[in-house]
Amino acid sequence: MQFIKPDININFIGKKNIAFIVSVIMICLSIASLIIHKGPRYGIDFAGGTLIQIQFVKQVNLDDVKSGLASIELGKSSVQQFGEAKENEYLIRTNNSVMTNEGFSEDIINAVKSSTGIDANIRRTEMVGPQVGKDLREKALFAMFYALLFITIYISGRFELKWMLSGVIAAALMGAIAFFKLFNVSIPVLIAIALAVTLALFWFFKLKFAMGAIVALIHDVAITMGIFSMCDKEVTLPIIAALLTIIGYSLNDTIIVFDRIRENRRRYHKKSFDIIINKSINETLSRTILTSLTTLVVVVTLLVLGGGIIHDFAFAMTIGILIGTYSSVYVASPILLAWQGKK
Amino acid sequence: MKNFSWKHISVIIVIAASIFYILPTINPTIWPHKKINLGLDLQGGMHLVLEVDTDKALESTIERLSQDMRNLIQKENIRFAGISLIKGTKISIRFHDQESLDKFKDVLDKHFKDMRVVKESINDNGIHNFVLDMPDKEADHIKKMAVDQALETIRNRIDQFGVSEPDIRRQGNKRILIQLPGIKDAKRAKALIGKTALLEFKLLDETGDIAAALKGNIPPGRELLYEYKKNSETNRVIKTPYLIKKRTLLTGAYLTDAVVQIDSQFNEPYVSIKFDKKGARIFERITEDNIKKRLAIVLDKKVYSAPVIQDKISGGEARITGNFTAETARDLAIVLRAGALPAPVKILEERTVGPSLGNDSIRKGLMSMCIGGMFVVLFMVIYYKGSGLVADFALILNIIIIAGGLAAFQATLTLPGIAGIILTIGMAVDANVLIFERIREEMKLGKTPYAAVDAGYSRATLTILDANVTTLIAAVVLFQFGTGPVKGFAVTLSLGVLASMFTAIIMTRCVFDYLLINRKIKKLSI
Repeated sequence: MQFIKPDININFIGKKNIAFIVSVIMICLSIASLIIHKGPRYGIDFAGGTLIQIQFVKQVNLDDVKSGLASIELGKSSVQQFGEAKENEYLIRTNNSVMTNEGFSEDIINAVKSSTGIDANIRRTEMVGPQVGKDLREKALFAMFYALLFITIYISGRFELKWMLSGVIAAALMGAIAFFKLFNVSIPVLIAIALAVTLALFWFFKLKFAMGAIVALIHDVAITMGIFSMCDKEVTLPIIAALLTIIGYSLNDTIIVFDRIRENRRRYHKKSFDIIINKSINETLSRTILTSLTTLVVVVTLLVLGGGIIHDFAFAMTIGILIGTYSSVYVASPILLAWQGKK
Repeated sequence: MKNFSWKHISVIIVIAASIFYILPTINPTIWPHKKINLGLDLQGGMHLVLEVDTDKALESTIERLSQDMRNLIQKENIRFAGISLIKGTKISIRFHDQESLDKFKDVLDKHFKDMRVVKESINDNGIHNFVLDMPDKEADHIKKMAVDQALETIRNRIDQFGVSEPDIRRQGNKRILIQLPGIKDAKRAKALIGKTALLEFKLLDETGDIAAALKGNIPPGRELLYEYKKNSETNRVIKTPYLIKKRTLLTGAYLTDAVVQIDSQFNEPYVSIKFDKKGARIFERITEDNIKKRLAIVLDKKVYSAPVIQDKISGGEARITGNFTAETARDLAIVLRAGALPAPVKILEERTVGPSLGNDSIRKGLMSMCIGGMFVVLFMVIYYKGSGLVADFALILNIIIIAGGLAAFQATLTLPGIAGIILTIGMAVDANVLIFERIREEMKLGKTPYAAVDAGYSRATLTILDANVTTLIAAVVLFQFGTGPVKGFAVTLSLGVLASMFTAIIMTRCVFDYLLINRKIKKLSI
């Protein structure tokens, strides 16, 4: 059985202008959403605070729950439904790290029991103090920075087969970061600087494959974060893990397509580049769709059946896989083409 | 088999080893290796990160030193104007004349030679001011010892509390990480762990002016401490102030035992404590010297009781009474036996998962894995027919290898870890797809089945290795910087990627070779 006939020839690159507009719109929406919400919505892992997962034996009224909490001075906390509706589970979240006094859990149970009249039990509590929140933020950002560094080294070496050059770029990147660190800038700014430096270096050394790959990655992460922001979901440590996995996965895809492009460029060097790119994408289409399909199937299963705790992670992965596949075809390759066209 | 190459051997070794390591999880009686470690999010339990207030530890040490200095100066009959602490970290001693100061310097050289001189000055009134503090190396050493001691003490307390397989370790300079799997009473455990439990015996100042002290006029060498008594009928807490002489006569460090007893008269529990030989002697002297005076029993700066000393007590035993329930008495006995924390600890992070949630998570995770896996398995058979079955076999083997790897390395399986396994199921197929698509291409070019398989594998292998490197980079970075659950994800993702490369490139090749060479299949079902 075969989805994709072996001699398929869809004109992907022909649609690249439409795709470009779509991408730009999505990125603008993402950035707009992030600006409106003043940055990503941080979970307690990064912002500090207290989280309580509470389950009622029967259905309750949200307002009753809130008034019960207000009676023990937790009125400012947010309460939202968690997981499937029939489970009657709610997530209470406050910004202060209030759990340290004894009897906290019992106070909550008693308060909501009296305000809603229904028995409850606490399934999970999490409290992250401000110091640990700060530490986890730093760790997450370092993780993204080092991932970026290693990936930069890898793709500049792998794609261009110029390992010496990739070493030079890595050194330049680390040097630039060390320099800016002296000025005590915050870590998100450092990461932005690192990205800018990477792109500049790739441009300077004419590493067009690497450039296409990195732009595709930035595109994927930005849109995933944007959609998260638009759906008002929290960014926690597992979400950062999902982002890094998406980066790895999207790069996989891009590598496969680029490899084919290079192989075909050698073979059909007489033909124009956009025909070569089209041919390569078509040839790898079968594999791309199959892998994305199987990975998507398992991730969506996780999304539907995995339960509330892993839900946001599965959601991020779903978006990431879809966007990652799209970007290998419609972001990375057109950049190659644009570069070629310049020559 | 025809050619028993290293490929076949490696496949057999890996499969055998994996099954070997999984067996204990399925049936612990087969052989005693450890089972697969479950994270707290899957088995329920409590995770705590404490910070030891090392600055306070340093201050306590300096305060103790200043008291020792005061006693020594008085014993040597050196006249002095006063001793006080500056910001808790420096000791200032003031003398009326140079002669006293010099005598003090002798004392210093003999008993306190580690201390550092900060300043020596004479103020307008002719008072010689001598300021001392702790040199940095000493101070750091004290802080480090404080954390070590806190770690040991907490470990003792948890041992007595009875948790199976607790994990207590140091994190960084002054943090302690505690994981208590399967703990039922999280609230009690927290209280037990966080209690400083400093037991002190001090004399009451029965002649001093409490009223003036309450207004803020506390005379030197005295402090105001409170007793908290809860009236069991009205549930209200009554605060009684006591004016206490600051000097600590005896501490809980001299205790050898503390047990809960029931008072036969009032049927109330109390804690009976026993001192070691030295403590018993000190206790005997205190009671001998202060008959008819009141001795305050202070725990964590709260007065528990202040009984009148009726007689000299020689046995080295005493009672701590005061409104205990059986549980609070038992917990007090535990902390007294384990010893006091050298400094207060603060809870920085706390995560508690109830066992019911843990079981739910396991159930949902495994169900997603089975159903998602089933879809993939079916799909592979439909799309690649016979070869699809080979890929499915590889998939099942992947899961076995991942599970074996987890058990062998004693890595922890968490809920994101299960998600990682599920992801690998989807991504592992990729390697097989790459190979099979190449084989199909080669067959279309007219090659024989064996040649097609050979070419397919050799051309796809490099691409497979390549594509998986990026996922491995992400996994390694996550492992390095991730905590708890995320680390579990990084582990299963890495194991899954490595396993899938192994099964796709080596194991399935063995199967194809067997079918084509040994069974001499003419047509490839792909």
